[in-house]
Amino acid sequence: MAITDAPKIITARLGYDDSFTLERYLATGGYTGLRKALTMTPEAVAAEVDAASLLGRGGAGFPAGRKWSMLRKNPVTYLVINGDESEPATFKDHMLIEGDPHQILEGVLVSAYALQVTQAFIYLRGEFALGLERLQTALNEAYAHGAVGSNIFDSGFSVDIVVHPGAGAYICGEETALLESLEGKRGFPRIKPPYFPAAIGLYGEPTVVNNVETMANIPWIVNNGGAAFAALGAGRSTGTRLFALAGHVRNPANYELEMVKTTFRDLIYAPVLGGGIRGSNTLKAFIPGGVSAPWFGPDQVDLPLGQDEVGNAGSMLGSGSVVVMDSATCMVRAAWRITKFFSRESCGQCTPCREGSGWLERIMYRIENGGGREEDLDLLMDLCDNISPGVAWPPQQTTICVLGPSIPSSIASGIRMFRDEFLVHVKEGGCPFD
Amino acid sequence: MTDTAKTQNPTDASAPDAKEDGTHIFTLDGREVSAKKGELLIAAAERAGTYIPRFCYHPRMEPVGMCRMCLVEVEGPRGASLQPACFIEAGEGMVVDTTSEKVKKAQDGVLEFLLANHPLDCPVCDKGGECPLQDQTLAYGPGETRFIEEKRHFEKPIAISDLVLLDRERCIQCARCTRFASDVAGEAQIDFAGRGENVEVATFPTEPFSSYFSGNTVQICPVGALTATPYRFTARPWDLDQVESTCTACSVGCRVAVQSSQNRLTRLLGIDSEPVNHGWLCDKGRFSFESVNGDEVDNGPRPTEVADEAVDVVPATASQVVSLGASRGQFLGEARETGRFEHGRLVEPRIRKEGELVPVSWGEALAAAAAGLSAAKSAGGAGAVAVVGGARLTNESAYAWAKLAKGVIGTDSVDAQLGDGLPAELVLGLPRATIDEACAAPVLLTLAGDLREELPVLFLRLREAVVGGDTQLLEVAVAPTALTSLATASLRIRPGDAPVMARALTGDAAAATTLGTHPEGATFTQNQMEAARGVLAARPDGEGVVIVAGRPSYAESGEVAAEAVRALAAALPKATFLPALRRGNVFGALDMGLAPGILPGRVSLDAGRQRFTAAWGSVPAGAGLSTADILASMAGEYDGGPDGSGTAVRALVLLGADPLDDFPDRAVAEKALRAGHFVVAVTGHPSESVDAHADVVLPCAVSHERAGTTTNIEGRVSRLGPKLSAPGFAWPDWMIAAELAAALGSDLGLASDNDLSDELARTAPAYAGLTQQVLHSDVAHDGILVPLTGNEDHRDDVSPIDPVALPGVESVERQGAPPRVGTGARGPASEQVSDLGSPPPLLSGTGTGGGEPLAIPKADSYSLRLVSGRRLYDAGSSITGSPSLTPLVPTLVARANPYDLDRLGAHSGDRVKVRSARGELILAAESDEGVARGVIVIDFNVPGGESAPPNAVATLIDSRQLVTDVRLESV
Repeated sequence: MAITDAPKIITARLGYDDSFTLERYLATGGYTGLRKALTMTPEAVAAEVDAASLLGRGGAGFPAGRKWSMLRKNPVTYLVINGDESEPATFKDHMLIEGDPHQILEGVLVSAYALQVTQAFIYLRGEFALGLERLQTALNEAYAHGAVGSNIFDSGFSVDIVVHPGAGAYICGEETALLESLEGKRGFPRIKPPYFPAAIGLYGEPTVVNNVETMANIPWIVNNGGAAFAALGAGRSTGTRLFALAGHVRNPANYELEMVKTTFRDLIYAPVLGGGIRGSNTLKAFIPGGVSAPWFGPDQVDLPLGQDEVGNAGSMLGSGSVVVMDSATCMVRAAWRITKFFSRESCGQCTPCREGSGWLERIMYRIENGGGREEDLDLLMDLCDNISPGVAWPPQQTTICVLGPSIPSSIASGIRMFRDEFLVHVKEGGCPFD
Repeated sequence: MTDTAKTQNPTDASAPDAKEDGTHIFTLDGREVSAKKGELLIAAAERAGTYIPRFCYHPRMEPVGMCRMCLVEVEGPRGASLQPACFIEAGEGMVVDTTSEKVKKAQDGVLEFLLANHPLDCPVCDKGGECPLQDQTLAYGPGETRFIEEKRHFEKPIAISDLVLLDRERCIQCARCTRFASDVAGEAQIDFAGRGENVEVATFPTEPFSSYFSGNTVQICPVGALTATPYRFTARPWDLDQVESTCTACSVGCRVAVQSSQNRLTRLLGIDSEPVNHGWLCDKGRFSFESVNGDEVDNGPRPTEVADEAVDVVPATASQVVSLGASRGQFLGEARETGRFEHGRLVEPRIRKEGELVPVSWGEALAAAAAGLSAAKSAGGAGAVAVVGGARLTNESAYAWAKLAKGVIGTDSVDAQLGDGLPAELVLGLPRATIDEACAAPVLLTLAGDLREELPVLFLRLREAVVGGDTQLLEVAVAPTALTSLATASLRIRPGDAPVMARALTGDAAAATTLGTHPEGATFTQNQMEAARGVLAARPDGEGVVIVAGRPSYAESGEVAAEAVRALAAALPKATFLPALRRGNVFGALDMGLAPGILPGRVSLDAGRQRFTAAWGSVPAGAGLSTADILASMAGEYDGGPDGSGTAVRALVLLGADPLDDFPDRAVAEKALRAGHFVVAVTGHPSESVDAHADVVLPCAVSHERAGTTTNIEGRVSRLGPKLSAPGFAWPDWMIAAELAAALGSDLGLASDNDLSDELARTAPAYAGLTQQVLHSDVAHDGILVPLTGNEDHRDDVSPIDPVALPGVESVERQGAPPRVGTGARGPASEQVSDLGSPPPLLSGTGTGGGEPLAIPKADSYSLRLVSGRRLYDAGSSITGSPSLTPLVPTLVARANPYDLDRLGAHSGDRVKVRSARGELILAAESDEGVARGVIVIDFNVPGGESAPPNAVATLIDSRQLVTDVRLESV
C-alpha cells in the first residue's frame, strides 16, 4: 500500500484470477484462522475481536466486539450476515463477495464459534447474481472441505450456513427489515423498542447481525491477534477499511486503506489511488460515506478517514462509499437523483418517509426541469425538517428506521452549500448544466 | 343500588392510585397521572383526558407505529425525542410533552404528508363528515396545502369482495384493515403490495376477500378507502340518526349503533362492548338490516307476493352492484322518495279466504285468531293449542306470549326452539360461563358446530383467547371448523358418538377404545386423544374448564348432544358452560318460559306454579310438547308421550317461525301443516309456512323497530334501541299478545313497554330487580348479567367513544334514551320478598334424562351417516331479504371423505344422489379429507339440489331417529 505500510487485511487475495476458489484460498492461508480459533475457547476468540476494536463495516460503525458481548449473558441463537449492499455508489461488499467468498465464510465460521451459534444466514442482495453463484459455490466447497457443517475439522463444533438471496429491496439492508425478509415476511423495518436484534431478532430469538466486510476481517484478526489489528489506525477507528471511491476521479475503485492515517485528499488525489479529478475539472463536493451522508466541500478534503473524525465534522464514514462530484456537476440533479433513489426504496411504512420522499423528489425534479419557484427552497427545507427535525447531524427522526432521516441529507447539503445554484435553476427556468 | 346514580367521570382515572400494583405515575404535560401496568402511553393519556391524535392505532389491535401521527416528546437519557405514543408503554417517572412546538410541527407535518396524495374528494366520499383524517386535519393539521404536484393515481374503486370496495387513492396505509384481517379474523386475505408511496392494499390474485368479517375493515378504515356496497352513496353522516342497540342476528348480542335516515335503516356499526363484541360485527349482523327495510333481491317472486317494480333495478349479484353503481344509487334514491318498501315485509293483517290471504283489519284478524284458538281449546282442551317460535321476540314480548299461552290459554306446548337446539331445562340449568370467562379459561372445550358460521363474533373472541392467550382448546366436532387448526387437540366424531366421546375424554378408557376401533377407522389419532385426555385429566373436577356446548348437527337428535353435555357436566362438576344456541334471542325466549315445562325467570313449571298462579291466575297442569312433538302430533304421528297424556294439537301459533324451512324434518313439518289444523302466524316476513298454510297472519315489528331487551348466550340482558317505526300496520309482538288475549276475553294487564319490564322484574325470578332504572344505569352499560348478584360493578372507567377507533359512531350517545325517573329501583332483589312470596329456586343441574345411554343404531357399511350444520349465509329471511347478502349464500354440495367417494367412483364436482328413508337429493359431490369416513356433510338450510325446497337437507332428515343414515348413488 502506497500511502501507509499497513498490510492488506481483506483484499490480499484479490489480485489472483482464481481468488474465489477453495484451492487458491487454501494456498494463501485460508481456513488457518478457523483452525486456530477452534483450538481456542470461544471466549478467547471473542476477546481477540474485542481487542481489535473492529468497528462494524455496514454503516453505523458499532463495535463488533461490543455487539457480541451484549449477548454474552444470553446465548445467541442465530448469526445473520448482512450482504444486502444496495446503496448507489457503494460496492465494496460486492467485490469481497465475488472475489473472496471463502474469506467471508471463514469469518462467519469463526464468529459462529465465538458466539457458539449453530445456524448462520448470509442475506445477499438479490441482484448479486455472480456473487450468489460464487458464494454458494464456495459454501458447497467449504462443506465438502469439512469447514462447515457438523463436527468442523473434528473439533466437535458444528454450524450450518444458509445463503439467502434478497428480492431487490434496499430497505432489506436495514437489519430488522432484513430479519423480517429472512423470515419470509414483507421487508418492513421493525419498530423500536426493542432496539437491537440481540434482544429479539430472527424468529424472535437473540440474533447477531454483522456486515460482510466485518466478517472478512475476522480471519486476519484471529491469525494475527486483535492487538495487531488495533495497532493500525488510530482512536476508535482501527485497522484498515475498504473505501469505494466513485464519481469524477480518474481511478474509481475499491481501495483498502489504513483508517485515520489516510485522508480524503490521499484517497481522491494520490496517483496510486483516485488519481485526481477527471480532466481539468476541480473538486466541487464529495459525499464521505454513502448517499445518506451529508456532503463535504473541498475545504474538508484533508479530514482523515476515521469514524469520529468524519462524525465530528458533521457527516459520517457510513458505508465507506466516497462519491466525488466535480465542477461540471449539477448539484440539483445530484440531489434529485439521490432523493429519487430513497423515494423508490422507502418501504412505505411511515408517513413522513413514504409521502415526504415522493414529494421532495417531485419538487427537485421540477426545479431541475425549469418549474422551480424561489419558495420551493424553504418548502424543501421545511419538509426535510418534518422528516428529520432540525435537519442536523446526527439526525433526529420521525420515522421507524433511519431511511427517513437519510432522505434530507442530499437536499439539505445541496441547498446549504449551493443555494445560489438552486436559485439559478429557478431564475433561468432550467438547468444551467444542460 | 345508589351508586348507579353517580355521574360517570372519565377523568377520575387520572387520579394516582398508589394502592394498585403495577401502577405507574408519569408526567403528562406537566401534571402527574397514573398508568396501568403495561398500558400504552396513548391509552393512558386518553384515560387522563389528553387525546393524542392517531390513525393506525386501534385499541383492539396490536400497535404498529406506522402513521406517526401520535408522535410526542419523551424525555430520555439523551434529551427529549419524538416517540410514537401508540407503541411505548407509559413508564414510572416518564416525562411526556404532547403539546410542545416540536410535537405540533411533527403532527402538522404528518397530516400534510398524508394529505399530499390524498384526493380531497370529501364532498363525494362516504367518510366525509365522520372522517378521522378530516377531523384531525381540522384539529391538528395545516390550514392549506403546499402540495402543487400531481397526486398519485390508481384505478378506483376496485371491488375486493362482494361487499367491499377499495379506493387506493384515499388509502393512508395505516394497516388497520390488513391487521384486522390477519390478526383478528385470522384470514390474511388482504395485505400490502408495492413499496414507497405506491404501497397499496391488495388481495391475492386467486383469493378474494371473502371474510365473514369484512365489514369491520370498512368501519375501522380512518378514511374513505374502504366502503361497503350496502351503504355506499346512500347517506351523509350528518343526516343519520342513531340509537344504540343490540344485534339479534345471533345470540352473541353484539352492541351496535343503528343508524337511519328518513325511517329507513342505512347502516349498523359495531360498538366496543368490553364483555361482548369489542367493536366487531359479522357481515350478517352488519348488513342484514336490508331485510328490515324490505329490499328484495330478484330471486323469483314470493308465492303470494306481488312483484314490486323496483325489484328489477336491483342487481342480482354484488359484482353487478359494483359495475352498476349508478343504478343502485338510483334505486336507493327512489326508495328514499317513496319511503320504505313494503315488499318483502308483511305490513297488514290477513286472513285466508277461499285459499287466498287477503288483507283485513286488526279487529277482524284478531277475532278470527281468537275464534280458531278457542275452537281448538274447546274441542281438545288447552293442550290442543301450541305455540312454536319466539326466539326473534324481545324478552318483554316473549314474556307476554308466555303469559298468554300458559296463563290465559293454559297450554304448555310452547317451544321457542325448532328442533334445532338443546333441551331447555338443560340449557337453563347448566352453570353458565360468560364470554370473558371462556376467553380467560385455561381449558376451552367445544362440542358444537362451526362457531364461525353460527356465532361469528364469539368465534373472534375465542380465537383471540386461543391465539393470543394461554387458553388450550379441545375441539369435538363432526366436521372441520374454523377453530380446528388452533386446537390443542381436535377430535372428529361421527354422528351419535358425542356421548361416548364425552366419556372418553373424561377418563373412560373403554369409551376411548370404542371410538378408536370404529369399523370405518378412527377419526382421530391416538396422540390427539391422549393429548385431550391429558389436558382434562390435569383438571379432574373441571375447575377452569369452560365448555361451549351446542348442536353439532341437525341431522342428529338433540338428545345425543344433550347426553354428551350431561356426561361432561357430571364428570367435570366445576366446569361451566356457554350453551351455543344460535337464534337471536333464544336465551331470552327460554328465560321467559317459551319452552315446555318452563316458566319465566328460569324456573320449572312445578317450582314456579305457586308464584305464577298468584301472578297470572293459572298455569298449565303438566309439561307440554316440544316443537318436534307438536308437529308430530299435528301430523298424527305422536304417540302420546311418556305419560300418554299428550293431547292432539289442533291449533298452532307460529311466532316468527317457518317450520317448513326451520325444522330439520321437512316431511313431518309438511304433514303437520297440511293436516288442516288452524294456524296463526305472527311474523314480519312472508315465508313458505305462512304463505301456504297460515289461516291468520298478524304482522309484527322486527329488529330495530322494537324497544325492550334481549338476553345473550351468557345471560346478559341488554337493551334494544328502536330506530324505526314498524311499517304499515305491524305491531310489536307483545301488543299482539295483549290484544289477542283481549279477543279471547282476558286482560293480560300489559299496556306498555314499562308495564312489561316492571312485571317481568317483579315476577320472573332470574330477572328480579332488573328494572328500567337499572337497565338504563351505567352498571348496565354493556348489558347486565342475570340473575343480578347485587355486586354489579359500578362502571366508572367508561371512556367516551374514540371517534378514530369507531368512526361514524356518535360519541355523545351511549345508551339511547335517558334514564327514566320515578320507576322504583328495587335493586338486586334475589333475596327480596315481593307480594308473590319468596322466589322459587332457579333451574339448576342437567335436567331430566341421562338415564340409560342412548342406543345409537349401528351404521351399516353401505350407508353414510348424515351431518348437517349451519352456514352464516343461508335461506333464512334475513339473508334472502338482504340483496347484498343473497349472492353470498353458498352452493349446496355433498361433502364426503375421498375414500367414500372413491367407493362410488365419484370425484369432486360429480353429481351424486343422496338418498335417505325420507327422500333424496341430487347434489355435486365434494371430496374433503377433513370429513370422517362413513360421514357425509350437507349444510342446513342452504338451497341446492334439483327441485328441492330451500332447506334441501331437511327433506332427508328423520327427526324421530337419533341419527339419519343415507346412501350415496351415482346419477
